[in-house]
Amino acid sequence: MKIFRFLIISYFILICNTSAPCAGVFSFMQDSQSTKDTTKLVSPYLEDNERCLKCHGQSRYEYTNENLGRQIKAMMFSERIVKRDEFYNSNHKNFSCTDCHSEEYTKFPHSGELRMEQKLNCIDCHGGDEKFAQYHFEEIEAEYKQSTHFKMEEEGFSCWKCHNPHSYKISVRNSSNLKETIAYDNAICLNCHSDFNRFQLLTDREEINIIQKHEWLPNQASHFANVRCIECHSKINNNIPVSHLIRPKEEAVRLCNECHSKNSILMASLYKFESKEQRRDGFFNGIILNESYVIGANRNEYLNLLSLLIFAGVIGVIGTHIFFRIRRNSKTINRD
Amino acid sequence: MYLYPKWIRIWHVLNGILFLILIVTGISMQYTDKESTSYVVGFAKAVKMHNFAAIVLTINYILFVTGNFLTNNGKYYRISKKNFLADLGSQFKYYSWGMFKGEKHPFPVTEERKFNPLQKITYVLAMYLAVPLLIISGIGLFFPEITIGSFFGISGLILTDILHITMGFFLSVFMVVHIYTCTLGSKPTSLFRGIITGYHVSDDH
Repeated sequence: MKIFRFLIISYFILICNTSAPCAGVFSFMQDSQSTKDTTKLVSPYLEDNERCLKCHGQSRYEYTNENLGRQIKAMMFSERIVKRDEFYNSNHKNFSCTDCHSEEYTKFPHSGELRMEQKLNCIDCHGGDEKFAQYHFEEIEAEYKQSTHFKMEEEGFSCWKCHNPHSYKISVRNSSNLKETIAYDNAICLNCHSDFNRFQLLTDREEINIIQKHEWLPNQASHFANVRCIECHSKINNNIPVSHLIRPKEEAVRLCNECHSKNSILMASLYKFESKEQRRDGFFNGIILNESYVIGANRNEYLNLLSLLIFAGVIGVIGTHIFFRIRRNSKTINRD
Repeated sequence: MYLYPKWIRIWHVLNGILFLILIVTGISMQYTDKESTSYVVGFAKAVKMHNFAAIVLTINYILFVTGNFLTNNGKYYRISKKNFLADLGSQFKYYSWGMFKGEKHPFPVTEERKFNPLQKITYVLAMYLAVPLLIISGIGLFFPEITIGSFFGISGLILTDILHITMGFFLSVFMVVHIYTCTLGSKPTSLFRGIITGYHVSDDH
């Protein structure tokens, strides 16, 4: 038993020392993260925003009803709640509420007409702006218009169905924990696709059972935890950070080797921000190894070569043996 | 000489077929490429076949080990420390030199000695080390959620897979060598016939 334990541990240490210097693998992620500490940032509109968040910042709010002449306590409609911590950690944390919403909201009670307020979309602010040119918002908009989601725009689909402007934060590009990013991004899809009440707002289709629909997928739980829905359900576009062309379900990726292969599509999607290093310590698509392991995509070229050499050597020895056997047999026949 | 009882022969043929399936499907998964889906088994089919064959192989292996415990067959795998290296050397010398010079087999097959020293050590390493490691690592890949997340900072899944493919590779090499050495009987086919009929007809292997 001790010998077995020794062999196994030695084997793992050998692999660690020779094929994948562990520190090297993991240092890449840290080196590439030039994340600034933004947690201490204080919004210049903190006080202004608090006038709104006083009521909209939690589920219960109070106001003075001047007609009745007393304090009223009421529950805030969940869709109108903006959580302070989420907002001040989001990409829009430096905004004032009235940057996007009408100044008229500063008056209370709010005018009924404000309910009809035209909401801005991403492109309204981010489009045509040099500052955001690197993110290709125009191309994102064009992709979205081709996507299966756009067909539901008349039913009320918009950027905000996936990207809550009050809490949205860029995840995959700045990720130091890909598993969390995957969970965050998949939650965006599941927000509607696993909540029939929300789903019904946009379509008359029957309820979808995500688990049942993906029953064909081997190791389903592992796939759900390690890749985003969009890996299979969107069309890859190398020009934009994240593909927004969500394809109809019939066009979703179903071939395993789209990911489980040397030229895995994961390198152009989930790992595109880290894929500068295509190979690491002999592993194809080695960057995946920082977070996961994909059979077929993470084969090791050194082990491949070594196995071919060993196999060729064995065949060579057998061939030589056969040669001498034939020679010996022919000598025996000649002698007879 | 009746050397291979029926259960051994059934186990052996099943083991051989399952190994072939596992090698083909394993290679298909490891070397799958988008452009070359047609020349090997497709990934999805390979996964299903590999999993099924692996489960049957595991059951077959348990039966083999149990059979060796319950019957006389286990004694053929017991290695004696006495003259171990010397015996190994003389068998190796016979295969690489002596048999071409017409020398007699140093360890002819008897009812008490089914395997020569080289066979014995190879079979013990294959059946009692490589196959268990292959099965254990296979279970780890079959249930990735039970596999340790990290071992000395490296993903447990990578190590499990490397262990699995390394054992798979060595057993594939073993299979090639095993098939070849089975042509070393009095006639190239006599040892194959022996494992089918149960009767060993030559002690030249």
